[in-house]
Amino acid sequence: MRFQLAALSLRRHASRTLLAVLGVAVSAAMLLDMVMLATGMRQSFASLLGRNGFTIRVSPRGTLPFDTEATIAQAGDATAAIARISGVTAVAPVLGTTIHVLGARAPVTAFALGVDPAVQGDYQLLSGRDPAANELVASDALLRATGARVGDTLDVAVGFDPQLRTYTGRRRVAISGRARFTYLSADDRAAALQLATVQAMGGADRADRASLFMVRTAPNVDPEAARVAIERALPRVTALSTAGAVAEAERRLSYFRQLAFILGAVSLIVGFLLVTTIVTVSVNERIGEIAIMRAIGVSRIHVVQQIVIEGIGLSLTGAAAGLVLGVFTAQWLNSILRGFPGLPDAIDFFLFQPNSAFRALALLVASGVAAGIYPAWRAASLPISATLREEAVG
Amino acid sequence: MSGQPLLSVRDAHRDYPHSGEPVHAVRGVSLQVTEGEYVAIVGPSGCGKSTLLNLLGAIDRPTTGSVTIGGTAVSALPDKAATHFRLTNIGFVFQRFYLLPVLTAQENIELPMAEAKVALAERHERARELLGYVGLAARADHRPAELSGGEQQRVAIARALANRPIVLLADEPTGELDARTGGEVIALFDRLNREGMTIVVVTHDEKLAGAARRVIHMLDGRIVRDEPLLRRA
Ligand SMILES: Nc1ncnc2c1ncn2[C@@H]1O[C@H](COP(=O)(O)OP(=O)(O)O)[C@@H](O)[C@H]1O
Ligand SMILES: [Mg+2]
Repeated sequence: MRFQLAALSLRRHASRTLLAVLGVAVSAAMLLDMVMLATGMRQSFASLLGRNGFTIRVSPRGTLPFDTEATIAQAGDATAAIARISGVTAVAPVLGTTIHVLGARAPVTAFALGVDPAVQGDYQLLSGRDPAANELVASDALLRATGARVGDTLDVAVGFDPQLRTYTGRRRVAISGRARFTYLSADDRAAALQLATVQAMGGADRADRASLFMVRTAPNVDPEAARVAIERALPRVTALSTAGAVAEAERRLSYFRQLAFILGAVSLIVGFLLVTTIVTVSVNERIGEIAIMRAIGVSRIHVVQQIVIEGIGLSLTGAAAGLVLGVFTAQWLNSILRGFPGLPDAIDFFLFQPNSAFRALALLVASGVAAGIYPAWRAASLPISATLREEAVG
Repeated sequence: MSGQPLLSVRDAHRDYPHSGEPVHAVRGVSLQVTEGEYVAIVGPSGCGKSTLLNLLGAIDRPTTGSVTIGGTAVSALPDKAATHFRLTNIGFVFQRFYLLPVLTAQENIELPMAEAKVALAERHERARELLGYVGLAARADHRPAELSGGEQQRVAIARALANRPIVLLADEPTGELDARTGGEVIALFDRLNREGMTIVVVTHDEKLAGAARRVIHMLDGRIVRDEPLLRRA
């Protein structure tokens, strides 16, 4: 009968209960979004880095991938040396540079990657084919900016000085395909060419150099062991495992996590106070009924249980509604943030993970239990005869 | 009027702490009620009637003195035991009926039985029987708001009888009723007592007091007169 009484008491003031549930739902949604924010970036960053099985990134000593203009010399030997390390299944050298597409109008500047199309993990073909020598695949943004299409030929310069109108290399390069670049945002102008093409166009400065090696390891191998072996074999490089990169990113994103944590805690407190308030109000207006129940022999613990059940009912319903609300707002916020310039498309700020989501909601429901305890304790410890005197007898 | 004393109060005092002087609501009451008696407690407002009734019903404890109900020294019981004692041995009726507004008449009657862990089927059956007894069989599914004051009070009496108490205690049970519906309650008490129920009522209502077989007059926390009324014998 406790469940029935609790449910009926909540239904008695249906509109008040509804408002309270909505309030709890909003705070649950907020809490959920903050949990999704705190874990989402790390998770989607890790899955982004881990794509195509690449587990280690090798960059010039003391730098992070593409953090500086520095490059690694003797890239050919380095590729071979890394490939010999046990557990390594593939090595993808990458050389980044800036290209200028010359034409009738002002030059169009783009970011170009020299890659080995057979093992690369930087782009996904959308149409056409991988670049052969003197070919490139372009992002849609670059195609738009140049007005070119797959099959067209571009006049491409590297090491271009717009003042002096000089360059280290200039070639006619055919567009072999359209591609989406994994680590770039949708509106970045980007191209990928064969590594040799980019090296050759970069002049003496770029001969046999790479900015980065992406290394794939066998699934049964600990990437950490391979990472250590790479650093031992090549003293001029820093090797970073995906786990290390995620930890690094996490350090840089710690503000986000702190913010998310604080806002999440605030939502939890707001939800708690809301349930406490509603249950307290509801107990206060039933003080006479509760005194009568105690007088006719309903035990203190049953009174407490009934009121705590009301709190749980409110927070459970609120949490369920908040789950739906939270997932929808997260999607909406994601779509806004995805338009944020310079961020890889594949990064999700809000990531729904059932485990942490349900843990957060369980916390909210637990706070609903706690919220019921104060009003329940008040109700159960009220002096029966004095309350009856005020409420039920003359 | 013979038999064992069912209720026994020995030199009970009840003081309420109050800023400065404590209020002496009951000051040295001794009283015995025998099984089957129908007692009315009367007296001016504030003389300690409700306080005494709460002592008799194990809702409250005397500051000094003792209260024994059916052989149990209830004034010495801890809260949990006193609560259970009230549930199974005492039937309470209050001035304001205080049924739970969210429950139907039948569910209100079932509440103390559910608390006493009476099986569901038995609960239903007994609640129906009690509704019939108080003349409200047709109102089983009505909520208190859909019942008149007199009907609500009769449901409250049925609720008080649910766990077959050894005594029925009522504090101004007709206090909020008009003469006609008050009369229904008086008639019901009368019938209950004739069927053997021990009843103690606190009342201002002369008709109700007149229906009792014994009237106890109180003044300033003391019993000043205790008179059996034999005219109805
Ligand atoms: N809980 C309480 N706290 C303080 N004083 C009380 C309390 N209950 C009753 N009293 C006082 O005790 C006296 C007796 O009250 P009560 O038993 O309710 O009288 P009656 O029922 O005869 O009107 C009154 O003076 C009242 O003010
Ligand atoms: Mg009174």
